[in-house]
Amino acid sequence: MKFAVIVFPGSNCDVDMYHAVKDELGEQVDLVWHDADNLDQYDGILLPGGFSYGDYLRSGAIAHMSKVMAAVKKAAEAGKPVLGVCNGFQILLESGLLPGAMLRNKNLKFICRTVELAVENNETMFTSLYEKGEKIRIPVAHGEGNYYCDDETLAKLQANNQIAFTYASDVNGSLSDIAGITNEKGNVLGMMPHPERAVDDLLGSADGLKLFQSIVKHWRDSHVVNA
Amino acid sequence: MSLTLEPNPQQIKDEKLYRTMGLTDEEFEKATEIIGRLPNYTETGLFSVMWSEHCSYKNSKPVLRKFPTEGEHVLQGPGEGAGIVDIGDGQAVVFKIESHNHPSAIEPYQGAATGVGGIIRDVFSMGARPVAILNSLRFGELETSRVKYLFEEVVAGIAGYGNCIGIPTVGGEIQFDPSYDGNPLVNAMCVGLIDHKDIQKGQAKGVGNTVMYVGAKTGRDGIHGATFASEELSESSEEKRPAVQVGDPFMEKLLLEACLELIHNDALIGIQDMGAAGLTSSSAEMASKSGSGMEMNLDLIPQRETGMTPYEMMLSESQERMLIVVKKGREKEIEDLFAKYGLEAASVGVVTDDKMLRLLHKGEVAAEVPVDALAEDAPVYHKPSAEPQYFRDFQAMEPKTPEVADYNETLVKLLQQPTISSKEWVYDQYDYQVRTNTVVAPGSDAAVIRLRGTNKALAMTTDCNSRYIYLDPKTGGKIAVAEAARNIICSGASPLAITDGLNYGSPENPGVFWQLEESADGISEACLALQSPVIGGNVSLYNETNGTAIYPTPIIGMVGLIEDVAHITTQAAKQAGDLVYVIGDAENEFGGSELQKMTNGGEIFGKSPVIDLTVEKARQDALLAAIQTGIVQSAHDISEGGFAVALVEKLFGTGFGANVSLEGEATAALFAETQSRFIVTVKAENKEAFEAAVKDAKHIGEVTAEQVVSIQVNGEEVVQAPVKKCEDAWKGAIPCLLNSEA
Repeated sequence: MKFAVIVFPGSNCDVDMYHAVKDELGEQVDLVWHDADNLDQYDGILLPGGFSYGDYLRSGAIAHMSKVMAAVKKAAEAGKPVLGVCNGFQILLESGLLPGAMLRNKNLKFICRTVELAVENNETMFTSLYEKGEKIRIPVAHGEGNYYCDDETLAKLQANNQIAFTYASDVNGSLSDIAGITNEKGNVLGMMPHPERAVDDLLGSADGLKLFQSIVKHWRDSHVVNA
Repeated sequence: MSLTLEPNPQQIKDEKLYRTMGLTDEEFEKATEIIGRLPNYTETGLFSVMWSEHCSYKNSKPVLRKFPTEGEHVLQGPGEGAGIVDIGDGQAVVFKIESHNHPSAIEPYQGAATGVGGIIRDVFSMGARPVAILNSLRFGELETSRVKYLFEEVVAGIAGYGNCIGIPTVGGEIQFDPSYDGNPLVNAMCVGLIDHKDIQKGQAKGVGNTVMYVGAKTGRDGIHGATFASEELSESSEEKRPAVQVGDPFMEKLLLEACLELIHNDALIGIQDMGAAGLTSSSAEMASKSGSGMEMNLDLIPQRETGMTPYEMMLSESQERMLIVVKKGREKEIEDLFAKYGLEAASVGVVTDDKMLRLLHKGEVAAEVPVDALAEDAPVYHKPSAEPQYFRDFQAMEPKTPEVADYNETLVKLLQQPTISSKEWVYDQYDYQVRTNTVVAPGSDAAVIRLRGTNKALAMTTDCNSRYIYLDPKTGGKIAVAEAARNIICSGASPLAITDGLNYGSPENPGVFWQLEESADGISEACLALQSPVIGGNVSLYNETNGTAIYPTPIIGMVGLIEDVAHITTQAAKQAGDLVYVIGDAENEFGGSELQKMTNGGEIFGKSPVIDLTVEKARQDALLAAIQTGIVQSAHDISEGGFAVALVEKLFGTGFGANVSLEGEATAALFAETQSRFIVTVKAENKEAFEAAVKDAKHIGEVTAEQVVSIQVNGEEVVQAPVKKCEDAWKGAIPCLLNSEA
């Protein structure tokens, strides 16, 4: 399986994502600059965290207008896995690939710590290797991770099983403790916690690895079926 | 045509206008003599910033010469952007600490943010990839709304810059004392990694080669920042707010990535950060170091504002800029490289052979000064030094043990002292994990970063107990280095080298200058004894508010090498049943201690703790050897608050308790700050091996499953407290102080 890690000016978790895929997952991966217009050769698209365009204007607001985003949308429409982490999630919200918006953290401060998440839906291509309800430890590092949407959207997210992860206890004020959501089709996941920071026990947790392994498993399974 | 009417050379002399720029009469005369005529306004400005203490070290040079700067692994000592130490396998570690005290005192967010930005540039201008940031902060007591504001905004500024640029802020230290009330200290340290072959220098070689300007445009911010940094703070300092720069971490991230790509291009001759004194220092120093000259056409400098004068352009300290020298004819390649990152690279001048800095502006020569005169010929002052009366008084005092009625209550109160209490409120705001190499996060003795692709890691720390240094500068200087080394050793690393951030009051005060000299002697002695040379640093003098100096605060930033990630050790206890050892006995030493300060209305007095560097070295070597053989479960040095505080710190967050028995006088056994001591836990099966390895270690008890800390002295139980109660007090102290009414 071949992944693209999209690099925007100001991305800073791009290298972490790259190493998680290459060193810990053992799959192919390229760093792809934001002016690329074709992602057809990639099987999975990863939008990393960081401060694209300095978070100026609004987190993700400038990055979502990059040339590469047309190709990301095309990949999403084609059903390829698209994962946005932290700033990547914010970009997916800005681009309309996922519903809702981010507010500043409830305490109005940046928060960096390893938190406990609950796997709400393990029937997605990103979470199939987790147990439903499994508690996992994944770091967060964000200033604007307080997820918000209107009641109607929340009802839809719940009805369609689009809430993938919740915080086990309140971290940043997110509505319904939402930490990560998918689109209706289930092939686009946005999450504030950083699974790529939790792939090596030496650094405190390897609970994020199963997320990447789930993506690979789904890809392998669907290619076996198609073969 | 310039809209600003500048005074002419005669007016500058007659009306002594140079004084407002910080030059003395003698210095102005010397400058006049060097160029053989009266300097014009721009030239006077060039001399004033380059001859400021901040750029020239004119007052501190005689002291800095004392430091041992050589060692078998040192690749680059003081003099370049940052020092460099070999760590094997063709790799080296690059690091430096720098102060941003004065800007932070009047505009804390931007002052702290640009302090971080500046030290990062120093590291990547050497060609190194910055991998970690640390800091060392000092504030007054968290009692007034002003101090709380400074504290919150400084932390936010550090977080804002470091988080955005994506370099983890992995460690640091913070102390609170009334002496920093009006003059907080903000020192930032950056650690980078480099392959030997990529090491760059700030040089301007090869006549005819092109001088290029890269990064952010020049604006009117930070004009005379270096001069401002070399004066005492006063009520009128608020007017100097325009001398504080504004940071743009996004711009610096782009510049960082572009520069690290640039170093692999063989067109590059030299690169230097435009830090203090901006274009002036980078151009003059690059040319001076290479024995060449430089001519720049200021009309070509990318400018953020219209109508800027040569004086303003040369003295601006706008952030996120670099000056580079590239081979003639290769400019287009460089422009293209920077364009990829959306950055401008402008050809602004050429390298010459006449050793002059010549500045052209609108067809005229705006300034023409010998580069060596600016970079090398600043006067050096040997300031008068005198042992202050307070020191003699303190030395004459007999040791005094503070009165303690209730040991449990005293322990809890000590844990609530902001200097001792948990700094989680602070580091929660720092992204300490980005780049996914942080093995030991903030909160243990030293931070540890693994070296990806190897089996090695780096340990790093900042330390300085300025109370000891105030009481006894020489002994305190030794202790600062020794404590940094203890933190490095406890993490499983051997010390490589230090960088020092020397923060003092005004050198015009003989007592302050004596503090500087004595503490430098102490630091030097400890560096030699602990084999950790000084590879660079920073001097910040004039840290005074309305005539009152801060405690002398030479911050030691130390980096150590961990040969094998298996050696990485933290302070936290690991399992019930492990044996607890203490290395070193407590003496009746309370001068400058947390307990003395707490029980004496915030005042400290008497003698600092003593230190024997031979004993220190022997204990450190023995403990490190034991750690490296894998028989140590956890290790923690005993510092502020003494044994009892260190013991409970080892238990926080672990779910364990401890039961230990000590001997001697109870108050000293629990709370004295006697030096060269450690608490270690060891698996029962390694008892003999550990005792054979560390002769000074005494078995004093066990880690327990019951979450209670219990301490007996001479067989009598003096402390018996739930760990949770201690931890709540320790964690809640700073948030509680911040939330209380000023």
